[in-house]
Amino acid sequence: MTFENVRFTKEHEWVRFENGTNIVTVGITDFAAGELGDIVFIEFPEIGREVHASEPMGTIEAVKTVADLYAPVSGAVREVNTALNDDPGTVNQSPYEKGWFVKIEIAAKSELDSLMQKSEYDKMVGKV
Amino acid sequence: MSDVKKTPMCEIHKASGAKMVEFAGFLMPVSYGSIIEEHRAVRERVGIFDVSHMGEFLVTGPRAREFVNEVITNDCSKLARGEAQYSVMCRENGTAVDDLLVFAVEENRVLLVVNASNIGKDLAHVLTFPKNGVNVENASDSYALLAVQGPMSRDVLKACPIFRAVAAEIDETPYYKGFGFRHGGEEILVSRTGYTGELGFEIFVPSKLGPFFWEAVVVAGKPFGIQPIGLGARDTLRFEASYCLYGHEIDDETSPLEASLGWVVKLAKNSFRGIESLRKEKETGSKRTLVGFELDGRNIARPGYGVVMNGAEVGKVTSGAFSPTLQKSLCMASIARTAKDEDARYGIIVRDKEVSARMTPLPFYKSRAK
Repeated sequence: MTFENVRFTKEHEWVRFENGTNIVTVGITDFAAGELGDIVFIEFPEIGREVHASEPMGTIEAVKTVADLYAPVSGAVREVNTALNDDPGTVNQSPYEKGWFVKIEIAAKSELDSLMQKSEYDKMVGKV
Repeated sequence: MSDVKKTPMCEIHKASGAKMVEFAGFLMPVSYGSIIEEHRAVRERVGIFDVSHMGEFLVTGPRAREFVNEVITNDCSKLARGEAQYSVMCRENGTAVDDLLVFAVEENRVLLVVNASNIGKDLAHVLTFPKNGVNVENASDSYALLAVQGPMSRDVLKACPIFRAVAAEIDETPYYKGFGFRHGGEEILVSRTGYTGELGFEIFVPSKLGPFFWEAVVVAGKPFGIQPIGLGARDTLRFEASYCLYGHEIDDETSPLEASLGWVVKLAKNSFRGIESLRKEKETGSKRTLVGFELDGRNIARPGYGVVMNGAEVGKVTSGAFSPTLQKSLCMASIARTAKDEDARYGIIVRDKEVSARMTPLPFYKSRAK
């Protein structure tokens, strides 16, 4: 996949946007999935909930640890990936595709400008 | 990091891409990929563990048994040659210094297998006992310890050329018994013990032979789908089988009776360190008790989370996991004995939120090790 339309946060989450819609897709990076290890449960925010950038909106339970799921941008939760309820391990196998977490209707698309490009994120996690 | 110890198999783990962590002063594999996959491999097939970080003390001499019997709460005086026994060693006040395996290798030679994190503390404790001519040696660095665990573990060892000469012993050795044999002049000890709740063996070999034995068992295990297992799955496996882990279910402030280990506390013995306190505790009843809970939903109860009953805290979670085998969120907890009520509703405080839980009998997973 290409990361042209994807932005990254310091909390190791990604946001994919498309032209012509304010709905963005959110997930965690392969680096985060690898660090967490086997994910066994995700506590999603309720559909319709207003979330605020950088604030916790859910929980990720892995075998060895638990982590907050942060809202990467402000907006309203429109959809959650219920397929992960049956198979949360999908996040470890496909963090950028099948393992997405939530879709958020973003309040101001300009918020994306403050997030990192793939190259910046890679540098942050020491990949380059 | 320069003083972090490495087991003899450290380079093998790294080469196979294991995620390494520091644990009890050792660089250890936590997982080779997926903890859940490793867990399943042991329940369904067979896994190999490097547990060389465990400590080994050799107690030798004509009065070795007597000496050990003063140290431990269990009774090792009746052990036949080759028999092993699970036990605890306590202080005068009845609190647990450590839990350990007592392996009666020979009449005058007893091997104590202790937790890696407690080696220094345990040795100091053991050396406070009058020796009466007995020799106590910390042999922790002399041994590599491999565990081969799972329903196919016996078949794997029998398929391994190293163990060909002792195939009959491997077949016949009952649970909690072992035997020794020679390999190139070196003594190898095999015991039918483990920490997984499955059929399994633990193999003590001289450190330098560790990698050779590891590779040989891995090669023999290939057709059986053998999987190297890290500390992550070791913990979830022992958790399902509801075995105590030092630092969780027992620690410096817990007595074995409080951790449901009364079955290894032989109060009818003449003496052992802590016997008076434990007799008194048995008479008056322990303050705390170890219980199991099943949580509603799939949040995991982590160690230290509070257990509440009618809004009041009655205890703490000691270990918790989403059980890969039972597909439930389970935890062990140490609660006030007076708050134990099978029919009551309890809550576990998961990150500021109360999650409903009900008591469920231990062990969660019935051992198939016998």
